[in-house]
Amino acid sequence: MPALSRPVIALLLLAIAGAALFPLTAETYYLKLMTKIMVLGLFAMSLDFLVGFAGLVSMGHAAFFGVAGYGLAWFANKAGIGALEVSLPAALAITALVALAIGWLSIRTTGVYFIMITLALAQMLFYFFKDQRYWGGTDGMNVFKKPKLAFGDWVLLDLSNRYVLYYTCLALLVLAFLLLLTLLRSPFGRVVVGIKENEGRMRALGYDVARYKLAAFVIAGTLAGLAGYLEVVRSAFINPSHLSWHESGTVLVMVLLGGMGTLWGPVVGALALVMLEDSISSLWDHWLLLMGGFVIAVVLFLPDGIAGLIRSLGRRAPKSEAADD
Amino acid sequence: MDTSYLLIQTLNGLQYGFLLFLVASGLTLIFGIMGIINLAHGSFFMIGAYLCYWLAEKTGSLWLAILLGVPISVLVGLVVERFGIVFLYKRDHLYQVLLTYGLILIFNELRAILWGNDVQSVKIPAFLAASIPLTETQAYPIYRLFISFVCLLLAAGLYVVIQRTKLGMTIRAGAANREMVQALGLDINRLFAIVFALGAALAAFAGMVNAPVSSVYPGMGEEILIVSFVVVVIGGLGSIKGAFLGAMMIGMADTFGSVLLPTGSGTVVYAVMALVLLWRPQGLFGRAI
Amino acid sequence: MTEIVLETRALSRHFGALMAVDDVSIGFEKGEVHAVIGPNGAGKTTLINLLSGELLPSSGSIHFKGQDITRLPANAISHLGIGRSYQKTNIFPRFTVFENCWLGAQSRLPSSFRFFRPASRYDAVRARTERALELCGLSQRAHATAAAMSYGEQRQLEIGMMLATEPELLLLDEPLAGMGAEEAHKVVELIQRLAKDHTIILIEHDMDAVFAVAQRLTVMVNGRVLESGTVEKVRTSKAVQEAYLGEDEAEGEAA
Repeated sequence: MPALSRPVIALLLLAIAGAALFPLTAETYYLKLMTKIMVLGLFAMSLDFLVGFAGLVSMGHAAFFGVAGYGLAWFANKAGIGALEVSLPAALAITALVALAIGWLSIRTTGVYFIMITLALAQMLFYFFKDQRYWGGTDGMNVFKKPKLAFGDWVLLDLSNRYVLYYTCLALLVLAFLLLLTLLRSPFGRVVVGIKENEGRMRALGYDVARYKLAAFVIAGTLAGLAGYLEVVRSAFINPSHLSWHESGTVLVMVLLGGMGTLWGPVVGALALVMLEDSISSLWDHWLLLMGGFVIAVVLFLPDGIAGLIRSLGRRAPKSEAADD
Repeated sequence: MDTSYLLIQTLNGLQYGFLLFLVASGLTLIFGIMGIINLAHGSFFMIGAYLCYWLAEKTGSLWLAILLGVPISVLVGLVVERFGIVFLYKRDHLYQVLLTYGLILIFNELRAILWGNDVQSVKIPAFLAASIPLTETQAYPIYRLFISFVCLLLAAGLYVVIQRTKLGMTIRAGAANREMVQALGLDINRLFAIVFALGAALAAFAGMVNAPVSSVYPGMGEEILIVSFVVVVIGGLGSIKGAFLGAMMIGMADTFGSVLLPTGSGTVVYAVMALVLLWRPQGLFGRAI
Repeated sequence: MTEIVLETRALSRHFGALMAVDDVSIGFEKGEVHAVIGPNGAGKTTLINLLSGELLPSSGSIHFKGQDITRLPANAISHLGIGRSYQKTNIFPRFTVFENCWLGAQSRLPSSFRFFRPASRYDAVRARTERALELCGLSQRAHATAAAMSYGEQRQLEIGMMLATEPELLLLDEPLAGMGAEEAHKVVELIQRLAKDHTIILIEHDMDAVFAVAQRLTVMVNGRVLESGTVEKVRTSKAVQEAYLGEDEAEGEAA
């Protein structure tokens, strides 16, 4: 259970306030970069719910990110529908169904099997979009029509405005965080966390473990879908690489780098990784070499991620209130 | 579909299956004995292919390239095991996935630095370059038969090693019960190093012999890795027999899938996997989970 | 007025060539403490695993209050009112004692697919948790982390979690295993208290404890029932004296 200690809550509020004020000073480039960070942060947070709380290490989480993205692309490009109140719920519903199907198949297995099966089934969807001209094949699609939430002439949200998009992403990120916190404190959340800790005992205590795992899988997948939808709004582009296993690997790195089992840590992980990429990718073509070394270093030397680092610093400080969870 | 066409496709399916087996058997052995899930296993396949391309250019001979390439890949495998994998033995699968994912990034970039990002081809040796005519328009390349033959020979060799030798006995004991190996007073570190290097060598060799027909390109490692996962999942983790059967199934499914369902060929092998999972979640020869 | 509440009919389970449980037919009577004893490897724990649904039998059947429960999964059996504790401590080590018992108590909600109200506001679950803590004697330790407690306390928690599910039939697998004399005494008292309104099936090596609480005994050897009946009947049984009781000291040490 994510026990948010007071210093952490204070830091989070500070970060949200900072993010809310950020557009006042930032250049367009950094505004867009920050939007990207929040979208990927939401994506990573959804995976943390699965890996850090339910104990399900998925290597195919990008499938849901991409499916929702293609969902939006279909509404915008194929159906010509720009109404957010149509495309968003529909894209999320489709993503939830896909997550239900993939989850239903993979939840029967555990451990390494689960990792390999989620990877393989995500790859199946990757080929589904890549092999078909209808979806634009390897090139993918440009999605220029941005969703709009409007009642008659009154436009409530126009996501083609970069400020509106920025604040929408920020609001959704905070809402998703609060939603997951609420879930984790509910009876459902207690079961999910219990399953991670000791699955066999949960079964003996009377819980139909598979159903709870599946529910957690669908919730995480649907939130990843929300991130994927926003990603396509943001970048105006979708191609199969959004579902690729590199994407799944990258988001897993964000989770670990930020600190699993904290929900907010992975957002920090997304921030760190995107900033790192932004600063070194333009300097050197082969920056992924450094990234590989970086990932290995994190695994070896920072297994609890940045959040763990913050916690241990708090513990070392003599008069700190930082509570351990 | 006439018979000679069917024959060609069947042979192709078998050849691909044998190749998959070489990669998947290493993957399944490394998991079964060392408890390690190695995402970078596909990288050895890619390294093998690029070594083959590079050494064949330098030496002008595919055979010499393979002869030099195999020891190099064993060396690479040993280095990876001693300086990377060794930290993972007691760690959660999550960390294994991430560390070996980091290795993939490194291998891919090293490949880009050393050999670039272009697609390369390797020449088939002259005396294997011919084809066997089946009908007036159809023929089967001898080199593909050669690949099948060599892979089958290796598979048989692997079988003999595992069933008949002391090393094989240790490997079998290790797959069944890791503590037993230690109880028998065998050096577990050495066993792990041997198994990992063996797996790396098998994958790299597969990349080498296949290089002339598949060509050599970035991303080939990941491609074969994921299909090998499918093979291992179907066969059952840790089971060599399962890996062989799974590899044959996937080889055939992939080949005939792309003939019968050209637009959905990529998804066929995964559909086969899903079906097997519905029936037996632990794979064909896996222990119940 | 005896009523058979749980019954096995020709129950068998083999692992490869090993017959862990071999043709076992026992009726467990309502409200009694029925101890199953026997040397290590006699198949006692396998029997419990079959009864609790964690293993499927190779053949034979299990009936609870007239219902065939042979193929029900562990979670369904728990919901019928059969609770179990483990020989090897099986708790949630990183959770507090309270959270451990909470999970047992919460399992009695009709469903845990409740997503929004905080769990802490489910008063009935809280009350059940506190009752279980009280019963197993860990009320004072409610906020200790399970992993940080003494072995004896963890054994108490093991029982407390099961009690939080409010079962009517308890399967206790060596509740005294590895305990010191004083702790063991407390657990024996607990079992005596529980015996007033529960049916209990008890596996135990400590014969003093067994004789202190059990009305009925079943002796198992090599997966088979050697003798079964009232304590008196089993005590005087020749077969048992030859095969087992004479060496109970040694077995007790080995446990």
